[in-house]
Amino acid sequence: MKIIVKLSMLLMVVLLATSCGNKSKQNTLKGQILIDGSSTVFPLSEAVAEEFRHTYPQVKVSVGESGTGGGFKKFSRAETDINDASRAIREEEIAACKENGVDFLELEVAYDGMVVVVNPRNTWVKDLKVSELKKIWAPEAQGKIMKWNQIRPEWPDKEIHLYGPGTASGTFDYFTEAIVGKAKSSRGDYTASEDDNVLVQGVASDELALGYFGLAYYENNKDKLKVVPIDDENPANGEGATYPDAKTVQNKTYAPLSRPLFIYINSKSLVRPEVQAFVEFYLDNCIALAPQVGYVSLDSTAYKIAKDQWNEFLQKHTQKQ
Amino acid sequence: MKYNLTKKIYDRTFQVIGLITISIALLMLVIFLVSIFKMGIPRLSWDFITSLPSRFPEKAGIYTAMMGTIWLMVLTAIFAIPIGVMGAIYLEEYGKKNRFSHLLEKNIANLSGVPSVIYGILGLELFARTLALGNSLLTGSLTLSLLILPVIIVSTREALKAIPNSLREGSYALGATKWQTIYRLILPAAAGNILTGIILALSRAIGEAAPLIVAGALVYVPFAPTNPMDEYSALPIQIFNWISRPQAAFAINAAAGIIVLLVVTFLLNGFAIAYRYRLKKKQKW
Repeated sequence: MKIIVKLSMLLMVVLLATSCGNKSKQNTLKGQILIDGSSTVFPLSEAVAEEFRHTYPQVKVSVGESGTGGGFKKFSRAETDINDASRAIREEEIAACKENGVDFLELEVAYDGMVVVVNPRNTWVKDLKVSELKKIWAPEAQGKIMKWNQIRPEWPDKEIHLYGPGTASGTFDYFTEAIVGKAKSSRGDYTASEDDNVLVQGVASDELALGYFGLAYYENNKDKLKVVPIDDENPANGEGATYPDAKTVQNKTYAPLSRPLFIYINSKSLVRPEVQAFVEFYLDNCIALAPQVGYVSLDSTAYKIAKDQWNEFLQKHTQKQ
Repeated sequence: MKYNLTKKIYDRTFQVIGLITISIALLMLVIFLVSIFKMGIPRLSWDFITSLPSRFPEKAGIYTAMMGTIWLMVLTAIFAIPIGVMGAIYLEEYGKKNRFSHLLEKNIANLSGVPSVIYGILGLELFARTLALGNSLLTGSLTLSLLILPVIIVSTREALKAIPNSLREGSYALGATKWQTIYRLILPAAAGNILTGIILALSRAIGEAAPLIVAGALVYVPFAPTNPMDEYSALPIQIFNWISRPQAAFAINAAAGIIVLLVVTFLLNGFAIAYRYRLKKKQKW
């Protein structure tokens, strides 16, 4: 008991000491940067933070992954410096930011491609049209579209087994919006998992499977899966079906299944030089780092434009102070 | 004769069913452990334990997450054990058995069944925001303390209930006060079972990821915490992150991380078990 009392007293002292001494660190790039948000963007921010540490070992950059929405809640209270987001900020989130006097800058940092895959033993599927995907995944298809030959008559009279992300996933939101036309609108009778690796396993072991998930998961399991090229039925964007790869995702001919990934920068953090250095570092290194973690980088002009936006934002907010 | 035989058959049947159920449970555990160890052991190395997280699976290590978990467990123990044990002593030894205490009891029992992520939300509002503790170890450990308090209280009460009343009466007969009786007789006698409850509770806390993520634990933290106000990550969070990565090499890291988590759990519990053993030896009756 005595030890416990002593320990908790010690704790109090430490607590007091640290809560007082946290403010004064603005000299020669020390300090702390807090990033939170999307678990999709996490690997990219982690990679940037890891490299940043080599250049600025004194700056402590930490990255969380409480989800795009959860991250924006913290961001709007200025609890975080940067928010990772796999979708653009929503109206109500903008309102929350305004309420707390937080201005923000949205920067596109990379693309995340989505792939539609089948089992390698599937010999009949050579490509899919967006309208066919819609027929398969729309809510009306539930319990009705159950066989391959219902999609194209020449395909076999065999069951189709569907695999896709769970409803909490950003990939689910984006896919349903791009294919069905409305976010979160999807049939429910498919094998769902929040873990894309589970979906990879599912499709890899099921001859009649069709599934969708992030491009990175396909690229790391190419031997177990067969990717399906997608035809967006928009002749302006190239005739026929397009395979997903870094180039087609970047130049947007692989449509509509690629989404931009964002970081949001908090205006309240701009006074801190370590945050300024970090954002610049982020934009400078994305082009090399994004492919390493399974994403597609923007082209170099896009990063230049982003940098101009950033400089403008920085000037606007640092002059006020 | 015949009656006896059926009885015997029943007896045997039940024995066999019992054996089958325990085998299934153990078999699952063995399958799980074997596959984890097969995958993870080759990855375990001093480098793995002392390295920072990284986007390269072969360079990534578990150091900061492990330190975070150790900090969390020590702080959680400091908060939860005294409060839980004292609360149980009050309820069992001092509290009057009336409607209110009955209600309290039912509530505590119910609390131990609340999904852990709910505690995370509570921790975020109460500790991180209202008390302005932010994404700190304090927030995390206080949240975990709340999570395991019901378990500690319930098991401590069971331990206290198991002490025969004759012991209390004997002590009072010799003129001891209530506190003297509790402190010198009841607590030492119940200590073994209380510790068992604490071990179970802490073992539950160490594997939690969901409430910590909600309450502000981070995933990439390139520095080990040095004080309770520091940001942190924890082993289950790091493992979960690795397992959901696309690269297969991260799954191997996750397996190695699970082994580290198991070892840390065993070590922490080992201390408690060794302490319990010492207590039992000291007991003179």
